[in-house]
Order: sequence, then C-alpha cells, then structure tokens
Amino acid sequence: MTMSLRATALILTAAMALSACAQGGLRGGDDAINLNGAQGAFGSVSDPSSIAYFNQIVGDRVLFAVDQSTINASAMAVLDGQAEWLMTNPEFTALVEGHADEQGTREYNLALGARRAAAVRDYLVSRGVAPNRINTISFGKERPLEICSDESCYSQNRRAVTVLGTGAGV
Amino acid sequence: MLLTRRSLIRSASVFAAAATLPGLVRAQTRPLRLEITEGVIEPLPFAIPSFIARNGAAADAAADITRVIAADLRGTGLFRQIPDSAHISSVTNFDAPILYPDWQAINAQALIVGEVEQQGGRLIVRFRLFDVFSQQPLGDGLQFVGTRDGWRRMAHNVADQVYERITGETGYFDTRVVFVHEEGPKNARLKRLALMDYDGANVQFLTDSRSIVMAPRFSPTGDRIIYTSYESGQPRVYIMDVASVSRRPLEAVSAGNMTFSPRFTADGGSVVFSMEQGGNTDIYRVPVSGGARSQLTNAPSIETAPSFSPDGSRMVFESDRTGGQQIYVMPAGGGEVQRISRGSGRYGTPVWSPRGDYIAFTKQERGRFHIGVMRTNGSEERLLTASFLDEGPTWAPNGRVLMFTRETAGANGAPAVYSVDISGRNLQRVATPGMASDPSWSPRLP
Repeated sequence: MTMSLRATALILTAAMALSACAQGGLRGGDDAINLNGAQGAFGSVSDPSSIAYFNQIVGDRVLFAVDQSTINASAMAVLDGQAEWLMTNPEFTALVEGHADEQGTREYNLALGARRAAAVRDYLVSRGVAPNRINTISFGKERPLEICSDESCYSQNRRAVTVLGTGAGV
Repeated sequence: MLLTRRSLIRSASVFAAAATLPGLVRAQTRPLRLEITEGVIEPLPFAIPSFIARNGAAADAAADITRVIAADLRGTGLFRQIPDSAHISSVTNFDAPILYPDWQAINAQALIVGEVEQQGGRLIVRFRLFDVFSQQPLGDGLQFVGTRDGWRRMAHNVADQVYERITGETGYFDTRVVFVHEEGPKNARLKRLALMDYDGANVQFLTDSRSIVMAPRFSPTGDRIIYTSYESGQPRVYIMDVASVSRRPLEAVSAGNMTFSPRFTADGGSVVFSMEQGGNTDIYRVPVSGGARSQLTNAPSIETAPSFSPDGSRMVFESDRTGGQQIYVMPAGGGEVQRISRGSGRYGTPVWSPRGDYIAFTKQERGRFHIGVMRTNGSEERLLTASFLDEGPTWAPNGRVLMFTRETAGANGAPAVYSVDISGRNLQRVATPGMASDPSWSPRLP
C-alpha cells in the first residue's frame, strides 16, 4: 500500500514537471535555448517591459491555415499587442520567424515560411512599428515545434514567431 | 575522412576474345538483349564466378570486385544472379574456352568472367561477357587499370559495361550522390552535406552540422555542388568545389533577401535560384563566375524549384500563381509560360530527365505524396510511388532510375533515400549511414 502510494506520487510529480516544461518554458524563438525560471535572461513576466512578458503575456506567435499566409482575426489581436509593445519598448528589435508544417515540399515550404514572416512584418509595420526594427527569416519545415504527424501538431507548426533582440535593427 | 578522386585509366585494349575461343557453335541467332520497357520484366539470369586472382595479393580485391559487380546488376531489378552453388563449371583460367553447355544447363543467359592482378599499388581488372545461348562473347574483353583503393570504381565500370551491352542503355553505377545526412530529434535536426557512391559506399561529409543545409545539386560535370545553407544566419546559396571541399556564397545578397533552390544551367556556366524579397519569391539567374543577375520570373506568387532541359533551351519550375503548386515550362531566356501539370492535387520539384524525355515531380494529393513522371508537355503522367511523404526526385544519368526522399510519419519519423525505376518497379532503400534526405545524382564520373 505504501509502495503503491509512493509510486503514484512519483508519477504525479513527473507529470507536473512535464506539463510545466510544455507550458511554462520561456522561449525566445523556437531555435533558442529555453531558459527556465521567471528571473532568467528574458526577465520577469511581471515586468511589462521584459521579453518574458512579451513572449507569454502579449504572445510571441500567430498561427496560419494550411498553405496560407493570411493574418486572421485572432492573429490580428496578438499582432496588435505586439505592435503596441514594440512601440512602447523602442530599444527592442524583432526577428519574425516563418514556419510551415511538414505537409509540403522542402523548398516550397521555405518560400511559404518567408511569406508568413513577411505578412506578420507588414502587419506590424501597418500598425506603426518602424520597418527597420523588423527582420524576417524562414525555416520552412526545418524546425517543427510539435512533432506528431496530424493536424493537432501541424496547426501549431504553421506559425510565425516574433523573436525580440536588442540589436541595431535591419 | 577525406577521399580524393582516384585516377582510373580506362584502357581500350581489346584482347581479341573471340580468337582465343575455338569451335563456337551458334545455338541461336538472336543476340542477348534486354529491352527496358514499361512492362513487367522477368529478370535476366546471369552467372558471375568469382574473378580469378592472378596473384595472391589480388585475392581480396578479386572477391570484392566480383561482389560489387553482382550487387550492381542485381540492384537494377533487371538481372537475377544464379548462385555460385548452382554452377557446374568453375572458371580457373581467364583464357580457357567457355563450357557453354554447363552454363546453359543452369539457365545462365549471361556469363561474366574476369581476373584481377595486383602490381604494387595498382590493380588490373579484365573481364569478358558471354551470351551463353548464342555461345559467343558479347562485346570485346576489356581491361581497367587503377589504384588499389579505387577497386569499387573499377567494379562499377565493369558492371556499367555489362549493363550497357545487354540493355543498350548507359550504365549508372560509376556515379556518386550528394545528399543531406540527418541526426537528432525531429524538432532539432542536425544536417550535414555528404557525398556517397550511388550504392551508399564511401561516405564523405562535406560540411559540419552547425548550420541547416538543404537540397544540394551537382554541376553537369560533377565537380561542383550548389546548395542552400543557413551558415550566414539566413538561407543562402553556396557553391562548393568537390575536390577541395571549399565553398563560397554564390553572390552577395543583401540582408533579408533569402536565396535558395539553386540549380545549374545545362552548360554549368550559370546558376538559377529563387530569391525572396518582402515575402515574394521569384527565379533569377547569375553566372557562376560572377556578373549581373537577371530575373527570369516576375509574379506575386512563389516561383521556385527550376530545372533545365538538357539542351538548355527550356526551364521547368513550380509556381502557386493559380493558388496551389503547379508545374510550368518557359523558354530559358524568358518568355511565355505554359502550365503542364493538369491533374488534381499539388505538383512541385520538377526535374528534367537527362535524356530530355520526361519530367519527374513530387505530387501531393489528399494527404499522400507521390513521385511521378510526365512527358515534357504534361501528358502521360504516371505516379511511381506513394507514401506519407515522398519528395524531391533526382535522375540517374541515364534517365531510367530516380532517387528521392521518403520520410515516415510521427514523432519518430525519419527520412531515408529510396530509388525506383521509371516504370515504378524495383523500389529500394539506399544504404546510408543514418537518416538521409535530398539526394542529387551525379553525372557519370570522368
């Protein structure tokens, strides 16, 4: 009985740790190393001018329909927030990463990712962000975030992620 | 590991094979010939007794060369090897008369006899091919001379000769393949450019795994490779000299403009590639030696994956100008664009056959991927494969076999290189040291 309880507790702890990783890890672009802990290099989520705040509260990414680069209504809401944040925090630059799901040929997906990144950049510029603060890059299908082969993963991989930096801009 | 190209001197010395073989009886008049057609082919049975080692030093090479020749021929799906255990005759002297009845009795239609001699660091390989039922040699005996460590190429040269004499098609065994070697989990893949013999032997890495690389292509002479790398931080076209493994960016491109999908023109003097500006991708052309860039397509859609006809007069490419990926042909110098893909689904990665007769492509329809071929006007479309994800065909130099990438589904999905012939037969996985993608077949080695 004791043994069984302990085993259950261990499994629970492990499950909680896993879900914390999946949801709470700070991310500076999907290629960057996750820095765990609210006081990491990305600052505190409670500090509205921190990268952590931008990534988690404003939202650093928008999603796209299959083979599309149209900014939909929910993406607009996220990007409106990004534009506002970028204008109140002018020391930051942004690199918009465009991605595709695996259901496409490699080079086409590279072009599709570029189209998505450009759509986000154009939208941010239309909302007042200076064009020279935003750069774009495409990863095509080279860097999936989720690795299963069905729509639940594909929908998360068809994305554009705004990665903040403090570089000199474009 | 660095491999250098071995010199292989092809000696055209013909040693009058027929003259040494007395008393030939012609049992049939039709010479041995295998037509490669679209229909089902019964593999042609052949026998290859282990090549004779003329001296002790050549024993290993003789056995290895025999094994590779047999594997080349079997791998085509056109030939069936009769096991040595079924042989009645043994061949102990390269110049001895062939006991045709012994080979007829086991239904060997072709017989390959050879010998290997080692002199210092050099190998000499001689072979003869016999048409067993016509009871005569098929072509002259040939001798190849090369370095000891060039034995695989010598074996491939013998196999090419046998293949050519029996099928009338150019052989493709003495060739190499540049591809992308992959390691690591699906969401953090490491990629390296690598080179291998067409059969997976002699793997050589050309780049390290620090930057994503993709879609390499050989130059028409095989001495250069062009590919896309993230080395500078963004996708950019690089050109590499194969012998020295030195590389340089194809041209200076301003930041923010991604270049990718490079291919050599038919004469190798220029490169066509895609460049993205502000989200829009078009195809451009630039001389390898530097010079002005010219724009070949100008549309608000994605234009990519160009490929030239062997005569250099036309270019095939993919575009999503009508909404989804389709295949188009245009004159090489620019001009009227004609859509050639007509079926349902999406069509991409068109590659013009080195023979000029077909265009290979990737087709995507209802969640499945196919490798297919069509005539250059889009007619006679045939799908050769089907799977979760097949893409990126590349032609063998004789235009009769294709390699492509096949990736399996799921979190543990992995890419591998496969080959298939243009009738859709003989689907095989190519032996690679690990996960592999984006193969590009070299021309015949010089």
